[in-house]
Amino acid sequence: MTGTIQAPTIEYALLAPMLVVFGAAIIGVLVEAFAPRYLRSAIHKPLTLLALAGAFVITIWQARTGIPTTPSAMGAVAVDGPALFIWGTILVLAFVSVLLINDEGHFVASASAVPGSPEEERALTEGATHTEVYPLVLFAVGGMLLFPAANDLLAMFVALEVMSLPLYLLCGLARRRRLLSQEAAVKYFLLGAFSSAFFLYGTALLYGYAGSVDLAKIGTALGNVGGQDTLLYIGVAMLGVGLLFKVGAAPFQAWKPDVYQGSPTPITALMASGTLVAAFGALLRVFWVALGGLEWSWTPIMWGVAILTMVVGAILAITQTDIKRMLAYSSIAHGGFLLIGVVALGDNQQHNASALSALLFYLVAYGFTTVGAFAVVTTVRDAGGEAWHLSRWAGLGKRRPLVATVFALFLLAFAGIPLTSGFFGKYAVFQAAVDAGATPLVVVGVVSSAIAAFFYVRVIVLMFFSDPAADGPAVVIPGGTWAVGAVAVLATVVLGVFPQPVLDLAHTAAQSLFVR
Amino acid sequence: MEPAKIIEHAGGVIGVSWLLIALPLLGAAVLLLGGRRTDRFGHLLGVATAVASFVVGVLVFLQLLGFDPAERRRVVPLYDFIPGLVDPMGLLIDPLSISFVLLITGVGSLIHIYSIGYMAHDPNRRRFFAYLNLFVAAMLLLVLADNYIGLYVGWEGVGLASYLLIGFWQHKPSAATAAKKAFIVNRVGDFGLAIAIFIIFTTFNTVSFAGVMTSGADASQGSLTAIGLLLLLGACGKSAQLPLQSWLLDAMEGPTPVSALIHAATMVTAGVYLVTRSGAMFFPEGSTAAIAVTIVGVATLLAGAIIGTAKDDIKKALAGSTMSQIGYMMLAAGIGPAGYAFAIAHLITHGFFKADMFLGAGSVMHAMNDEVDMRKYGGLRKVMPITFATFMIGYLAIIGFPLLSGYFTKDGIIESAMEHNATLGWLAVLGAGITGFYMSRLVFMTFFGKKRWEADAHPHESPAVMTWPLIILSAGSIVLGGYLILGNRFMTFLAPAVGLPEHLPSFHPFSVAGLVTLALVAAGAALAWFKYGAGEVPVTAPRGSFLTTFARRDLYGDAINEALFMRPGQWLTRLAVFFDNRGIDGLVNGLAAGIGGTSGRLRRVQTGFVRSYALSIFVGAAILVGAWFVVGNL
Repeated sequence: MTGTIQAPTIEYALLAPMLVVFGAAIIGVLVEAFAPRYLRSAIHKPLTLLALAGAFVITIWQARTGIPTTPSAMGAVAVDGPALFIWGTILVLAFVSVLLINDEGHFVASASAVPGSPEEERALTEGATHTEVYPLVLFAVGGMLLFPAANDLLAMFVALEVMSLPLYLLCGLARRRRLLSQEAAVKYFLLGAFSSAFFLYGTALLYGYAGSVDLAKIGTALGNVGGQDTLLYIGVAMLGVGLLFKVGAAPFQAWKPDVYQGSPTPITALMASGTLVAAFGALLRVFWVALGGLEWSWTPIMWGVAILTMVVGAILAITQTDIKRMLAYSSIAHGGFLLIGVVALGDNQQHNASALSALLFYLVAYGFTTVGAFAVVTTVRDAGGEAWHLSRWAGLGKRRPLVATVFALFLLAFAGIPLTSGFFGKYAVFQAAVDAGATPLVVVGVVSSAIAAFFYVRVIVLMFFSDPAADGPAVVIPGGTWAVGAVAVLATVVLGVFPQPVLDLAHTAAQSLFVR
Repeated sequence: MEPAKIIEHAGGVIGVSWLLIALPLLGAAVLLLGGRRTDRFGHLLGVATAVASFVVGVLVFLQLLGFDPAERRRVVPLYDFIPGLVDPMGLLIDPLSISFVLLITGVGSLIHIYSIGYMAHDPNRRRFFAYLNLFVAAMLLLVLADNYIGLYVGWEGVGLASYLLIGFWQHKPSAATAAKKAFIVNRVGDFGLAIAIFIIFTTFNTVSFAGVMTSGADASQGSLTAIGLLLLLGACGKSAQLPLQSWLLDAMEGPTPVSALIHAATMVTAGVYLVTRSGAMFFPEGSTAAIAVTIVGVATLLAGAIIGTAKDDIKKALAGSTMSQIGYMMLAAGIGPAGYAFAIAHLITHGFFKADMFLGAGSVMHAMNDEVDMRKYGGLRKVMPITFATFMIGYLAIIGFPLLSGYFTKDGIIESAMEHNATLGWLAVLGAGITGFYMSRLVFMTFFGKKRWEADAHPHESPAVMTWPLIILSAGSIVLGGYLILGNRFMTFLAPAVGLPEHLPSFHPFSVAGLVTLALVAAGAALAWFKYGAGEVPVTAPRGSFLTTFARRDLYGDAINEALFMRPGQWLTRLAVFFDNRGIDGLVNGLAAGIGGTSGRLRRVQTGFVRSYALSIFVGAAILVGAWFVVGNL
């Protein structure tokens, strides 16, 4: 060890999508600091969309010019096929979510004012808005990009926090039902911090075991370090808790319904799509790259987690009366279906690639449908805000057939009905799992899907076969929401009828698996 | 000669042959979804899509003719749902399917045009055209699909359209019942077809025609026979062959253009298509299934003819005749490569002359205040000259008057049946004789003799929009048969799709069977003349002998169905309902209640307190760590 510090080499070009997003976020902060209040919104909206679109274009360009086969930034970040595919997915989903965020009336006028206080009243009459939402979203998206691409545990931890902290804040910014929103934010923060501690502790233990936080080095240490199994097992379990918490797998799912319900619905859409995609990317990378050699030991445990997650998600959703909580439980159940794909890891490279591509396709399909579903939730409104109680949705099909039909389409996609994107997602993942010998798991998956179909179809029945209430909710569709709905419908139908192009894309991305 | 290989096609009009189906489907969608807004132009749109589809059909036909005969079986790939798991969906353009396409769209267009006039005063004319378009689309899918599943979708689609159109005047209880009957009887056949497809899939692991043809799978004789018989069951349902014939006569409750298009010219011939299409695979010469086809065909051709002799309802008499003629086609299709060309040729000429006569009957009904009882017609030839002339051509064609269409095609069937099995041949000849009788009876009762009209009947010739289709159809009824049969023109054209017999038949105008047939037909016509042309026709039907009652009551087909299937079926239903309520429902509801209860109890874990959530994470983490130790130390 000499005393000199070597400057790290960083492949800026490869990291450009992230840098664009973070750069735009910092510009957003500067805008908050220096631009006059009345201009901020007008600057933020195009800036945010432009940054996300730009980052997406760069991602596509990178994917076309050749996917690197070694990790970048001194091994801290791996820009490989799956990472690029996940980046593209997250950026599109974030773009769509931002369209939803752009529409008026989702966010609180003055977050610091006590709910119901004169200060809040004043802020409302002044028409104040929290334009900080935009840089916060960009920081969160930047974190989402780094999380699945991080190639060592410390970078991953940083990404986790960069992604989560803005989201904690955003959760508390709902304009209506502010107490619920603030409660959600605090819960998410406390539990998120708790799970981060697990993640960090796991990182420390694994460092103690392998002498490195680099995923590939942990992977190679697995066979070569003896007598340290205690460190390894506790470390892996702790790390697993941190990651499984983020994807909302049981028994770490408790935060999801409360947080999804309380958050402003556009933020819920971003979390349910972008965060889930990012968290699954990271989970896959950790378990397939670092712990691939330990697969014999974590597979049975993941089986248990996957089964519990699917069953808990599907069964608890049945008795929900709140549309957002129901969608949250649905998201938990889908997390379980995705875990089936994680378990499908085997020894055969070709097989692993197809399992990975199935997961990637599922993430795209589910992401779009879920954003679309939450977009519809924002449009059905009572005097006090969005109408969440299911009874308010009765007869919607008679009063607003188009909105109800679109929502029904999303629900059918969640249920996995053929000719919707959800069918192919499930089919591909289940197929991969069967090939890997996880047939019992697939059986549980299919049974859970059947249970889940009940509560999806129940909403459809409610919308189309019940009489509308006389004072039923109004349906308001602002321009951005309209576009989001259209994009989601298009994705759900096209991925259901002509899935081949995206399947091929996912397959190309997964071909080389994760770099080490 | 074996059928030609199926090759993949791209480009040209054939490449966009999906337009054939898409155009009428679009018409149906616009008319059904557009609702009353499209009332004003609905009938024109309906006609336009049918005619456009016909134009595409002709262009496809011309492009197909440009290829070498061995390359005239082409698949246009359309859609691959799950590659490797399900056969891709495609359209099979070959001489067989294109023959059907031209018949369906050509005759279909004429009937669409005719319907403008026929349905002019119906408030629901737009809906009628929507259903007709839907039918055309489904029928085209049936004949164009390159696999059994696609065929099945079209098969069910025409069933639906047929149901909707038979019951088009659903305010009449008889129409509603007839529609239901058609649907239920067809269901029996459809189950046969569905099970046949299941067996095909398990045996060959594919459902595409090309796949089954070339799979070379080692199918046992038993499963081949089972598939053949089940396909025949399906064909019997759709084509109103014994024992599933009973719905066709009641189906005449639908508007007359429907009877012409669906229940005479096209849909009811789907069974013949199915047998012909599957012929090389499942009905090889001499197989049990093929023998069954010929027996069903002969039995039905006689049964239909006998029913036709006793009906006073003009449409029902024609329906009996349709049954009978399809029986001929079935018989020919069961014979094998020697018969396929005649089956399809007769199917096409029958499509023309039977549609001609049905539309003629519609024209008569239109003129006679929708009266269908022929005993109340008589002497109409003078007031409706065009209808009369065109009907006469259709009549002469069907009884096989020399040099008209039916003469060539039916003679072909009789000759090849004679060569195949003399008994079948002579029974077919007998059927032709009965045809001569009942068709003459129909014509004499309607157009000749004294006027037996109701007091308020003021018959008049129909408008041009109705007579022109009649004229075109009757032109086809004159020339088509000779054109197709002479020089084996059609047989050679069809060969790539269905194969050729060992030696080509040649047309003998003075064969024994041909002469006997002509003599019998003449005798039948003469008998009809004495009974109905020259003699007095009572306005109320006489009681008649046992045999007349037998024929009038459709050979007791309904009575047999009711005694054998309906009443035991009702008992079975009651039994099933009982078990369903007591056993199955208890299980299912119990399961659902169990899951619901679990959900309700589990829900309480979600207390809303962040401390208990944190505890659950902690416990979960502890379990995970513990589990790792357990698994790690195994």
